Amino acid sequence: MISQIVSAVGVVIAGVFVCALYYWLSDKALQLAFPVPEDNVRAASVNLNRRAVVRPWLFLGPALILLVVYLVYPVIATFILSFYDRSGGNFVGLANYRWAIQDGQFRQSIFNNILWLAVVPAACTFFGLVIAVLTDRIWWGNIAKSLIFMPMAISFVGASVIWKFIYEYRGGNGAQIGLLNAIVEAFGGQPQVWISLPFWNNFFLMIILIWIQTGFAMVILSAALRGIPEETIEAAVIDGANGWQIFWKIMVPQIWGTIAVVWTTITILVLKVFDIVLTMTNGQWNTMVLANLMFDWMFRGGGDSGRSAVIALVIMAAVTPIMIWNIRQANKEMGGH
Amino acid sequence: MTAIASLRRVGLPRLVVHVSVLLICIVWLIPTLGILVTSFRDAGQITASGWWTAFTGAAETSAARLGEPSTARQEGANYVISGSVFEGGQGGTVRAFGTRVAAPTEFPAGQTADIGNGETLTINEDGSYIYSKNAPFEGRGKRVYLSVATPPSFTTDNYRTVLTSQGIGQSFVNSLTVAIPATIIPILIAAFAAYALSWMEFPGRALIIAMVVGLIVVPLQMSLIPLLRMYNEIGNFFGVPSRSYAGIWLAHSAFGMPLAIYLLRNYIAGLPREIIESARVDGASDFEIFVKIILPLSFPALASFSIFQFLWTWNDLLVAMVFLGTGKDQLVLTGALNALLGSMGGKWEILTASAFITIVVPIIVFFALQRYLVRGLLAGSVKGG
Repeated sequence: MISQIVSAVGVVIAGVFVCALYYWLSDKALQLAFPVPEDNVRAASVNLNRRAVVRPWLFLGPALILLVVYLVYPVIATFILSFYDRSGGNFVGLANYRWAIQDGQFRQSIFNNILWLAVVPAACTFFGLVIAVLTDRIWWGNIAKSLIFMPMAISFVGASVIWKFIYEYRGGNGAQIGLLNAIVEAFGGQPQVWISLPFWNNFFLMIILIWIQTGFAMVILSAALRGIPEETIEAAVIDGANGWQIFWKIMVPQIWGTIAVVWTTITILVLKVFDIVLTMTNGQWNTMVLANLMFDWMFRGGGDSGRSAVIALVIMAAVTPIMIWNIRQANKEMGGH
Repeated sequence: MTAIASLRRVGLPRLVVHVSVLLICIVWLIPTLGILVTSFRDAGQITASGWWTAFTGAAETSAARLGEPSTARQEGANYVISGSVFEGGQGGTVRAFGTRVAAPTEFPAGQTADIGNGETLTINEDGSYIYSKNAPFEGRGKRVYLSVATPPSFTTDNYRTVLTSQGIGQSFVNSLTVAIPATIIPILIAAFAAYALSWMEFPGRALIIAMVVGLIVVPLQMSLIPLLRMYNEIGNFFGVPSRSYAGIWLAHSAFGMPLAIYLLRNYIAGLPREIIESARVDGASDFEIFVKIILPLSFPALASFSIFQFLWTWNDLLVAMVFLGTGKDQLVLTGALNALLGSMGGKWEILTASAFITIVVPIIVFFALQRYLVRGLLAGSVKGG
């Protein structure tokens, strides 16, 4: 154990050191390659210009290499692999796509993903907005916000254990130690094995993600609510609007942009949901989603890169509109600078 | 009087707000509280009763057998068997007892119950019983059912067990080995890139920025298959293991890179132009400007991103499953917890203690550095985690 800690610390320092060394050495090399002689102004300015041309690429180099190797190239490669067979060696045309359309599990995953998309972003945004409005009105609101925000720090796997314990079912005569079944029993209901209850089990998994993400929505929306100019609300009060009208007609329209950002952010997260399904059910009892199916096919029977790639591409296609919208927004912002 | 007075001052709608926020907080906290309490409970008690009874003591239903007919004494016309139901060694307080499995709490402790057939039975709170019959006993010792209250018992044994024999301690170290370099390396790389993208003029700059923004939302799933193949090929070619810490650091660094560059560029581009230009006039090189001016000034943005990246790498399961092995020396906490869910399902003393160890570091980071986390979220809420 001690030796692992020592070697871990050693590796940590070495890894970071190598990185820092690159920037330092590359800068030194640049200065050596293009010296700036003090007695020759012409040569000096030429070399200074050369440095200015090369230096951005030295600074950007490692980042660009990482981006290209780990993100740009794989996106292209995955697209190409989707037309090849399981080993990636033989071209099979659209066979993998045809398989996907006819595969029951794939359809199930699409259906479940749509279910997740319909419920989770809406629920998180709604609860986040309600909690943001409520906590802004009380003196201990910040403490309450911290507590509701906290699950954001918890891993999906940890959250799954936490909620699996809540959904725990005990057969026989013993006491129910899962909170949900204990409550159901206290009200005279029949305890259930919640996570294998077809169709509804999806919602029990969604609750976990809602529990984690509501805090995120709350934080962002709370900041947006505070940015609403005081005068608009005062004007509405003078005109005799009640609290409900002020909320829906004055406040919500002013934060539509933020609501859209929160909604799309959670949408992207939902499309990639993996850990929760893996640890709670591993896709059994009709809870399979695309990310899990994709992972499954990556290793199932030695792995099928073609089918796996098709499933990944479906997720990619779903985020593409958001991606384009983001790029447009960013370009617009930079145009304004 | 005072309560009513303060109620009037607070006003009813205001009170409704307080109560509903309190309720929401309780609902949000209870799941985590459940595993925290359970992780400190005795394994036997966890299965006997819900964790919410942990502080009041558990009421456990158990069965016991009374003494054999041969131990009966004759007292007048009656035959009496006496003794204690706790002879097996377990202690506790009997709350109620019964003679049928369908009604294990039919009679309260201390009551003399007429159980038919000319038999009466009394079981006291301390477990002693008197069982008498107006005729000789026959057959085997009678089976009775008890509701036994055991005093609350808390223990740190669960933590000791998981840290040592379940390998969670080792996984904790592995998680740190993954998360710390995977947090620091991308910050360094992204900060240099962000500086170049904000304060240096070169062709293709706008294109690179657009690419970075686009890559923020590219799902991890798109990268996994080609990278897995690439790692295996590199491993085969050089004869090194394809799953290594170096491999996962680079993977995490790259996956966090778009958001890092985006956040840092937004911040660094907003720094005052005069500072950077006056430093240039003073003859400082870009490298010096970056190290001496940009890095210290960008501390808030660097802190925001490092918290994101640390939470993300510490909590990640998918990348670790693909790029790290499942051996003892490489299994991270999330992976270990996932494996325990499979092998120890139902052993909640193991699962809850392991889960709590997994979540305690991010929770400490969260509460200590929440300010920076919120700031980062507000700046970069285009990425989906």
